Amino acid sequence: MAEAAAWQETRGLVARLAESGPIPLDARLAVPAGELHALIGPSGSGKTTLLRALAGLYRPRAGTIACAGETWFDAARGHDLSPQRRRVGLVFQHYALFPHLSAADNVAAALGHVPRPARSAAARALLAQFGLAALAERLPATLSGGERQRVAVARALARDPALLLLDEPFAALDARTRRHLRQELAALRRRLSIPIILVTHDLEEAAALADRMTVLEHGRTLQTGTPAAIMTRPASAAVARVVDLQNLFAGETLGGGETPPETLIAWHGEIIRAAGRTNFPPGTAIAWTVPPAAITLHADAGPKDALPKGTANIIAGRIGEVAVLPGIARVVFLAGDGAAFVFPRPPPGAGPPLPRPGEAAAITFAADAVHVMPLTA
Amino acid sequence: MEWTAFALSLELAGTTAVILLPFGVIAGRALAARDFAGKGMVQALLALPLVLPPSVVGYYLLVAFGAASPLGVLWQKMFGHTLAFSFSGLVLASLIVNLPFAVQPIERSFAAIAPEIREAAWVSGLSHWAAFLRIELPLAWPGILAGVAITFAHTMGEFGVVLMVGGGIPGETRTVAIAIYDHAQTLDGSGAGRMSLLLLVFALAALGLVQMLGGRVGRHDG
Repeated sequence: MAEAAAWQETRGLVARLAESGPIPLDARLAVPAGELHALIGPSGSGKTTLLRALAGLYRPRAGTIACAGETWFDAARGHDLSPQRRRVGLVFQHYALFPHLSAADNVAAALGHVPRPARSAAARALLAQFGLAALAERLPATLSGGERQRVAVARALARDPALLLLDEPFAALDARTRRHLRQELAALRRRLSIPIILVTHDLEEAAALADRMTVLEHGRTLQTGTPAAIMTRPASAAVARVVDLQNLFAGETLGGGETPPETLIAWHGEIIRAAGRTNFPPGTAIAWTVPPAAITLHADAGPKDALPKGTANIIAGRIGEVAVLPGIARVVFLAGDGAAFVFPRPPPGAGPPLPRPGEAAAITFAADAVHVMPLTA
Repeated sequence: MEWTAFALSLELAGTTAVILLPFGVIAGRALAARDFAGKGMVQALLALPLVLPPSVVGYYLLVAFGAASPLGVLWQKMFGHTLAFSFSGLVLASLIVNLPFAVQPIERSFAAIAPEIREAAWVSGLSHWAAFLRIELPLAWPGILAGVAITFAHTMGEFGVVLMVGGGIPGETRTVAIAIYDHAQTLDGSGAGRMSLLLLVFALAALGLVQMLGGRVGRHDG
């Protein structure tokens, strides 16, 4: 466990959990102190189960959890610290504030380690940090969604936790409050030197807030990395689907060339060139993707020869749909057999005129923009 | 007005409600918050007194309490009198008959507490006992009071079981409901009427209380 020892020195979290049932789990997490780590996956992917296991509310069959140099859970040794003894702060999805207690008493309830006479003042001081000083006496039912979330975060931090867990904390909020509270969380995490785990199914949220993220499906951690790395170079088609990657296609490898090193993919009668050699033997069913921003559109395409020389991948077809959104336009391009590529264009007036649906066109993209991955994880 | 019968009913109702209160809280909490083998069976058994005719419940209890039964023999040895046709027997019968009236409202009020609330208490560092006392009990109290009120009112008016098990011995087992029956049998309409009115007021008061408390259950919105 040299890896674990190294993490523990930095007051981080290391967890490995496994069970085949009742809830399938095969999860590895390593989150250093100070990192905001997003757990992302579709509903039913085991995000919340994993979070509950970390908090001590769910006991998996096998695995270990260590945080801040302390072992919280070790199935093999029958060691399982109760939630009360784990020094963990958990913000529940619907906040789970104690409905009969004021905001201050909700926070004070988690201040068991503070001498009783000092609790009320400590709770108020914490609430004040979240701009809730004036609302200390209010019952949760009289608070707005955003205020409740702040009380829940204050309560979770009241224990001086070694690990902060946030279970979809923005899901129950309207868009404006959500944006505001995301900024608050970004500011808060800079003050905290503990691992923070944010469960979300919102990719945009994960990308905006997280240092790194782990993709979960059916209880399995599929890939861990920075949001940018995962979104441009997913480890498998499963990861690509979870992060809702656009322009994801199935193909078959044809082997490759050495100079330059490249991989050739047979796809709908075309040959797609991807930069770099891969370990897939020829004839392997694979998935490939190209980031929308890497696609160049050539409207009014003439013969293929008229297109810029040296572009690795040229696909002819027609424009499907053009959607104009605030500040950007999104074009759907249909290849000869109907496969759809999506990519952004400047909005009307900010660049070349937008193509019209039905128009013949071609797209090009470079070989090094193409990412090849296994179909299954 | 038969004050002896009325006082006896009050005593029976009060004793039943006081004894069933802790049992109802323990059983109601367990049924609401835990999953265990045979839970459905336990719930069905608890509800049995609601659907069986009181005379049938009374008959079985009479058999169980009788001088020929092990329980009856044991009771006779320990206390020197039979369980059947005694106030103690009435209390025991009343406890059994009122189980669903006490347990069900309490179970419902504990079930209305979201599991996350309980877990939030644990994650906040509260022990299971502290979470129960400081979080669950205050949230469930309207249901607990409702269970007590309904048990009390129902015992005040219980007739079939009381008649079968107690036999209507004045000062020992002749409750107000049986007194009403006796008066009606002897065509004493005004005596029966006064006591019936009193029971009606009691029942209405209890239901009013339950209604009021019911409005409080789940009114908090976390």
